[in-house]
Amino acid sequence: MVRDLSVELCGVKLDNPVIPASGTFGFGKEMAEIYDINILGSISFKGTTRDARFGNPTPRIAECPSGLINSVGLQNPGVDAVIAHELPELRKIFRKPIIANISGFSIEEYVECCQKLDKEEQVAILEVNISCPNVHNGGMAFGTSPESAAAVTKAVKAVTTKPVFIKLSPNVTDIVAIAKACEEAGADGITLINTMLGMRIDIARRKPVIANKMGGFSGAAIFPIAVRMVYQVAHAVKIPVIGCGGVATAEDVIEMMMAGATGVQVGAENLRNPYACKEIIEELPYVMERLGIEKLTDIIGIIE
Amino acid sequence: MQRVVLTVTKNEALTPLIYEMHLAGDVSGVTRAGQFVEIALDGLYLRRPISVCNYDEDELTIIYKVVGKGTDLMSQMAEGTQLDVLTGLGNGFDVDYECQKPLLVGGGVGVPPLYRLTRDLIARGREVTVVLGFNTESEIFYAEKFEALGAKVVVATADGSQGIKGFVTDAIRESGVEYDYFYSCGPLPMLKALCLATTTSGEVSLEERMGCGFGICMGCSIMTTNGAKRVCKDGPVFKKEEVIW
Ligand SMILES: Cc1cc2nc3c(=O)[nH]c(=O)nc-3n(C[C@H](O)[C@H](O)[C@H](O)COP(=O)(O)OP(=O)(O)OC[C@H]3O[C@@H](n4cnc5c(N)ncnc54)[C@H](O)[C@@H]3O)c2cc1C
Ligand SMILES: Cc1cc2nc3c(=O)[nH]c(=O)nc-3n(C[C@H](O)[C@H](O)[C@H](O)COP(=O)(O)O)c2cc1C
Ligand code: FES
Repeated sequence: MVRDLSVELCGVKLDNPVIPASGTFGFGKEMAEIYDINILGSISFKGTTRDARFGNPTPRIAECPSGLINSVGLQNPGVDAVIAHELPELRKIFRKPIIANISGFSIEEYVECCQKLDKEEQVAILEVNISCPNVHNGGMAFGTSPESAAAVTKAVKAVTTKPVFIKLSPNVTDIVAIAKACEEAGADGITLINTMLGMRIDIARRKPVIANKMGGFSGAAIFPIAVRMVYQVAHAVKIPVIGCGGVATAEDVIEMMMAGATGVQVGAENLRNPYACKEIIEELPYVMERLGIEKLTDIIGIIE
Repeated sequence: MQRVVLTVTKNEALTPLIYEMHLAGDVSGVTRAGQFVEIALDGLYLRRPISVCNYDEDELTIIYKVVGKGTDLMSQMAEGTQLDVLTGLGNGFDVDYECQKPLLVGGGVGVPPLYRLTRDLIARGREVTVVLGFNTESEIFYAEKFEALGAKVVVATADGSQGIKGFVTDAIRESGVEYDYFYSCGPLPMLKALCLATTTSGEVSLEERMGCGFGICMGCSIMTTNGAKRVCKDGPVFKKEEVIW
């Protein structure tokens, strides 16, 4: 029997729910060298900012039990270079709808980036990462208060035509309040979760492992937290949710969807297994068969 | 890049902390001296990057120092152990660079990738001098192997227990070696001192802590005179002129 893996996010049809998470797949080029990336549902490309950024000093990576900490610091060539160079290259290797991941340090910056990427034909969804510090507000991340999350959402929605997904930070006390504030401000969907703030210390050298001291923790270890937050948010909002955090297997994809996700992103797992997304997509029909699932859409949010 | 399963066919201590491991299987992904592999290890999240020391049709050699959990696990592996390995990572050295008398400079566990490089350069008729720097006599490895390939070998130890006392830069000066290009791999302070001391052009293999090892995560970026570069994908080998110290 043929299993139906297709899902729909705000009218954007995906052949399957599997999407590499922003920052863990570059702009697809390196992965296209080892497999046909057109099997993916979509791609969320590396977080793009208005200006080019080199990012943080190295070491930027720390090994952790079942995960890693990264402090890349949003290294990217800037939105104009992404549009001029990266997207034309991506178009040659990927013919499906893509998700543009956008970061900013002020509302004006989010607005400018979103406005520009909204005009790109292949961009189907704008994914706004609000885990970044607001330089005009003492560096407090936009995603840590319902008010500032809503303010970014409203400003971006006012200048764009495509579905806007707000990507939430898990480093908050009430994720549901923030998700609801985004929904009320006009968000078309929610992606969650981004990385969790973490730290490692090299006890022999008596120094933090990461040059920037702290960084974002992700990987298999955060999966239960991500499932919990997806579950809470998906049941509190009416807009679709993309689940992300620690996904490593086809079973994890099913679990995320049962918790309420319509799309599922795979992040850190790509770094340790370059074939992770491919293997998950190939495995999904078998897991569906074993679990008696005909259509993936049947299981979205089935957990009461 | 290729992902392959390789079998440990040899795993022996060269010095108390440094091991030589042979991995057999499909190593066709390795195409140049100076490339590296990444090994997945049970219980560790990220793969561990290790330079290729030598490779032939169906086997490659790595040399690693035990510095933490991963390399400790490796040191305990029995022959027959199967490993999940990414091969053919990184750019490797420019073995075809036009020169007559290349100088190869290795420090500690930076020595291994110079072995295959020496082999390739000698095969191209170059007159190779290898300067190897170690802390002390008991840490020296592979010096005679380089000689067996036909290279002139100069050893330096920081404590003077064997060869020239001092750093590789001291050894280069004291031995009066003539060269028209250089290749190097070793700790950052050594590479920096070498780049400042050498009068010719050359290339150095850099190290950064890696996330992926194949260019997708931006974990290993450095700023060069040609802009931001990934050590894993655009490197690990960079031209002396590109590196900003
Ligand atoms: C391109 C490249 C080639 C290398 N070639 C060799 C080689 O030929 N022989 C050799 O002995 N070593 C080599 N290394 C270093 C080797 O990767 C580390 O020593 C190893 O990853 C340590 O793992 P561990 O689990 O034993 O140590 P850990 O307990 O994880 O850490 C101990 C130390 O190892 C280093 N390290 C840890 N993880 C990484 C990582 N992901 N990337 C880089 N460094 C890390 C850090 O400096 C750390 O302080 C190379 C590194 C790179 C980037
Ligand atoms: C190396 C790395 C870089 C990342 N860069 C970005 C980014 O630019 N923008 C963003 O929204 N999220 C970024 N993330 C977060 C991931 O997209 C994802 O939300 C998070 O890692 C949780 O998923 P995981 O556990 O599967 O990694 C990055 C994560 C990693 C590991
Ligand atoms: S380690 Fe991921 S880009 Fe180099």
